[in-house]
Amino acid sequence: MRAALRRVVQLVVVLLCVSFFSFALLSLAPGDPVTAIVGFGSPAQLAKVRHQLHFDRPFLEQYWSWLSGLLHGDLGNQYFGPTGVQKVSTSIGQSLPVSLQLMAYAMILTILIAIPLGVLAAYRSGTFIDKAINTTAFGAIALPDFALALILSYWVGVKLHWLPSQSYVHPTDDFVQHLRHMVLPAVSLAVGQIAAYMRLLRSDMIATLQEDFILMAKAKGITNRRILWRHALRPSSLTLLTVAGLNVGALIGGTVVIEVIFQIPGMGTLLYTAIAERQYVMLQSLVVVIAVAYVLVNVFIDILYNVLDPRLRHARVIT
Amino acid sequence: MLASSPNTIAETELALEHPEPKEPGSRWRRPRRQRLGIGAWFAIGWLLLVLVGATLIPMLMHSNAIANAEAGHSSQGLFKVPGHPLGFDRNGNEMLLLLAKGARSSLLVSVGAITFGLLVGGSLGLIAGYFKRGVDGALSTFFNVLLAIPQFVLALSLVTVFASTAIDSTGNQHPPSSGRRMLVLIFALGVVTIPILARITRANTLQWSQREFVMAARAQGATNFRTMVREVLPNVLPAMFSIALLGIAVVVVAEGGLSILGVGVLSPAVSWGSMIAISRADLQTLPYEVLEPIVCIFFTVLSLNFLGDVVRARFDVRESAI
Repeated sequence: MRAALRRVVQLVVVLLCVSFFSFALLSLAPGDPVTAIVGFGSPAQLAKVRHQLHFDRPFLEQYWSWLSGLLHGDLGNQYFGPTGVQKVSTSIGQSLPVSLQLMAYAMILTILIAIPLGVLAAYRSGTFIDKAINTTAFGAIALPDFALALILSYWVGVKLHWLPSQSYVHPTDDFVQHLRHMVLPAVSLAVGQIAAYMRLLRSDMIATLQEDFILMAKAKGITNRRILWRHALRPSSLTLLTVAGLNVGALIGGTVVIEVIFQIPGMGTLLYTAIAERQYVMLQSLVVVIAVAYVLVNVFIDILYNVLDPRLRHARVIT
Repeated sequence: MLASSPNTIAETELALEHPEPKEPGSRWRRPRRQRLGIGAWFAIGWLLLVLVGATLIPMLMHSNAIANAEAGHSSQGLFKVPGHPLGFDRNGNEMLLLLAKGARSSLLVSVGAITFGLLVGGSLGLIAGYFKRGVDGALSTFFNVLLAIPQFVLALSLVTVFASTAIDSTGNQHPPSSGRRMLVLIFALGVVTIPILARITRANTLQWSQREFVMAARAQGATNFRTMVREVLPNVLPAMFSIALLGIAVVVVAEGGLSILGVGVLSPAVSWGSMIAISRADLQTLPYEVLEPIVCIFFTVLSLNFLGDVVRARFDVRESAI
């Protein structure tokens, strides 16, 4: 209980620091933030925006009003020149589901491919199959996701015309087209992840297969298939979960770039526009939303970890 | 190997750093005679080729873009013009020269960022692991906060804020200079690597500072600084070095990603990433312009990953015991 409480305190501290950093980003930028946000305008217009954004108040007070707005779901406005205003939360609300879809597809692909391959490579460790899988994975890790995206969109999209290599279709409009548009981006994202997870699972599984309880299972005459999937996979999957947190971070970074390459209207494209058009309020909100989501994913992974490993459920958590 | 649950996301990367743990009887085991395999020599060879190319080619070759364009060499791809196997870009620039210049920027940014990360992250990790307790707690929280923002997004926002086009009150745009962008890239990508390098150093320092010879040094009255630098640091260096090699690879790729988002190396400097980003629009007509830098990145990352594994196997680096 105490450990859980400590974790919650830690989480709150991290979230506060992250939000403070995202907020300070704007003020760190050289020059006047108001000019940076609005671009140009008459002194009166600038003064009005300055007042709206609370830039005429002390720094900590600015942070506080921003944070309380954030907690109420108000992410501020993005400005198009001195007069055009649009709510940031509207744009994020539209693009977040798109990014989540893409990441979910990539994760599904990763799990569906990496786990069987890892198990196969471990089971056949040292043979030609194992070496072939492992070497391919080593190469796949060295190929950046954006490079794979460009190669795929050239060959599969442009040369062969098998799949569309641009834009996005909403799943409720046409689900088949939606999937067709998502194949290339999801594959580009998944390949690196598959290789990373597969290599980890393989090496961990090889170690697990040396354990006594596997020998015991074999002695009892349990089929290889059952030993691999029932007895060996569960203890070996813990390492996967450990790196899942960090890999989700890489996945988020990858998604940003992949979305820009395939022109998918998700968070990445929003981030790209925010940078290109110097929408600093948007940038700030995107960073904070992404960071909070990332932290929460990691908390979730921690909980999952405790579910998967019964030894940890009652053990004292060491920090 | 994992006695406790990963309490923070920060601890998760430690497991990442040793994808090949003990495998009795497998070929990953440390060889009896320590000879570099053929793969390692290929990796070293490629990296040397890139290094030499990046320094010599821009010095020896002149950019004759206009003359080349007049000779009708623009947009001539692989093996189209005899004597120029890598071809020319759409402006008549020789691809070989561009790639060499790109290698220079890509390596400058990545090695610079990792050096910065090693200096800051390494010393913070050493301090956290050596002094433990409150110092460790405070520094670890700091690392966790840095790790709480996905690294690519963090680098992206830092570069955007510190080196993107500024607008003054009259609406004039002031793009940053190429040099400033490069420095900020090194800084931003360096900041991103700080927590990772620091945590590796910290984990290893925790291990080594328990050893007898460290205690002996302290018993003899060596100052904390001396004990850290003379006794602990030399033992921690191999681990830092193997992670640094992987880190350079990661930064080369990250710079490419930033370039695609428009915040990579700025013209007139070119990097492999910015070459890809610029030529991306011509992918349908001039695919080799995109593919050549991709191949360079691929082999460089492959070589660095391979050498990182070799260093780790050779020094028997273990990060698992935190």
